Amino acid sequence: MDSNNAPTDTTVSFRINGKMQQLDLPPNVVLLDALRNRLGLTGTKKGCDHGQCGACTVLINGEAVNSCLALAVVHDGDDITTVEGLADGDTLAPLQAAFLEHDAYQCGYCTPGQLMSATELLGNDSVGTSDADVAEAMSGNICRCGAYKNIVSAIQQVRQGR
Amino acid sequence: MQHGTQADPTHEKAPDTMRQFSYSRAESTDSAIKTHAGQSAAYLAGGTTLMDLIKLDVMQPERLVDVNRVDLDAIEPGQDGGLTIGAMVRNTALAHDETVQRDYTVLSEALLQGASRQLRNRATTGGNVMQRVRCSYFRDGISPCNKREPGSGCSAIEGHNREVFAVLGTSEHCIASHPSDMCVAMAAIGATVHVQGSRGTRDIDFGEFHKLPGDSPQIEHDLHNDELITHVSLDAPIANAGSTYIKLRDRSSYQFALASCAAIVSLDGETIAEVRIALGGVGTKPWRCHEAEAGLVGQPATAEHFAVAAETAMQGATPYKHNAFKIPLAKKAIARALRDASARAHANTKGDTA
Repeated sequence: MDSNNAPTDTTVSFRINGKMQQLDLPPNVVLLDALRNRLGLTGTKKGCDHGQCGACTVLINGEAVNSCLALAVVHDGDDITTVEGLADGDTLAPLQAAFLEHDAYQCGYCTPGQLMSATELLGNDSVGTSDADVAEAMSGNICRCGAYKNIVSAIQQVRQGR
Repeated sequence: MQHGTQADPTHEKAPDTMRQFSYSRAESTDSAIKTHAGQSAAYLAGGTTLMDLIKLDVMQPERLVDVNRVDLDAIEPGQDGGLTIGAMVRNTALAHDETVQRDYTVLSEALLQGASRQLRNRATTGGNVMQRVRCSYFRDGISPCNKREPGSGCSAIEGHNREVFAVLGTSEHCIASHPSDMCVAMAAIGATVHVQGSRGTRDIDFGEFHKLPGDSPQIEHDLHNDELITHVSLDAPIANAGSTYIKLRDRSSYQFALASCAAIVSLDGETIAEVRIALGGVGTKPWRCHEAEAGLVGQPATAEHFAVAAETAMQGATPYKHNAFKIPLAKKAIARALRDASARAHANTKGDTA
């Protein structure tokens, strides 16, 4: 702590969407706020801010996590993927194209979190083949607009290589 | 009000900013304990409980000791045929471990029916044991709550007490249920919590780790100030057993249990040889049903006897205004779990003699 009893800033660096980023920040900044407020990566959304809705989902070292409960300082040195990292320039990832094709969103607020959880799911061999299996694997992402059916269809399309 | 301006990039003046704390990262259990020093500090593992409650200003540590880099993430054979799980093993990893799936199926099922994928990827074994109640009065930081502020009263007893409130182990001071699924499975299996502090190491029987609220609901467990959970070791699995975890809730996923049951059954022909029953969602701590188990040993594995066990297990339960339904619901969970565990035990035994 400094003389005002405020914790001193720490320097943290992450690889975000393939690019090294360095930040000086106090310990009480969560990764969600660091991404949105300090790095201008506003694709990741703040929904409930308490790990109950999944809108803030990012991948850390390939694993889906709620960035609202992740302190930035804890993840010094980690590999982070946000929704901004899915497309390759103007070329959408197959998952994004499938979401478009299946109308897998309405307001779009939960969509980045859905895409990140779905991205992890696509690489996860332990998820069964049925729609129910996909729904269960995606249950950490809430959608108030009710786009669930189309989200599952989009994911299944990509999984089945259609 | 402006947020995130150039003059105030850290939002320090915003009314909803998380409290400040200092932070250090431990590289070993020894350094973690030394840094913690038992004073206004908290160990930070997955953060899925701690950060949630710091944001609500319900937990108020001044110093966080990050133990994510401490080398406690192994799952290894334990003493006497059991399994030793490092405190930092993530819930996802534990649920998918081959030995756990094969020999402690109920534990894998319990973990996978808990929380969400995102939470399971970060939540740790040690953290899951230490999670706090979901009572809305505890969490709102302001209502009378004997757990948060001893002596102030319990708002739930005469208030809203449906989803996350117990009917077993309650007192006039606190009725909040213990929310963990993992702990219910571990209670059924039998386990030991291994801790380390400045005074050395201790082993705590899992059944004794969590405390009933009694007249001191602010005391939830047996840990002394700077003690850190390093491992949880499971007892050896019951041979040829079938096991299952049944979790009943308003929606089919991503919700705490209204009532849940972990059951482990081994058979001798059509007769129950060994049985374990533990409950979630209905107890103020993970609830082992010793009397119901004793009544089942040597009995036929039939629905009639499962129903008797369920009655025994829920005897003495105290309903509150909104959660009386949990008593019959828990009985159904017990009967179903015993039925399914017995069916699996049957299949296992058949496989052996094939």
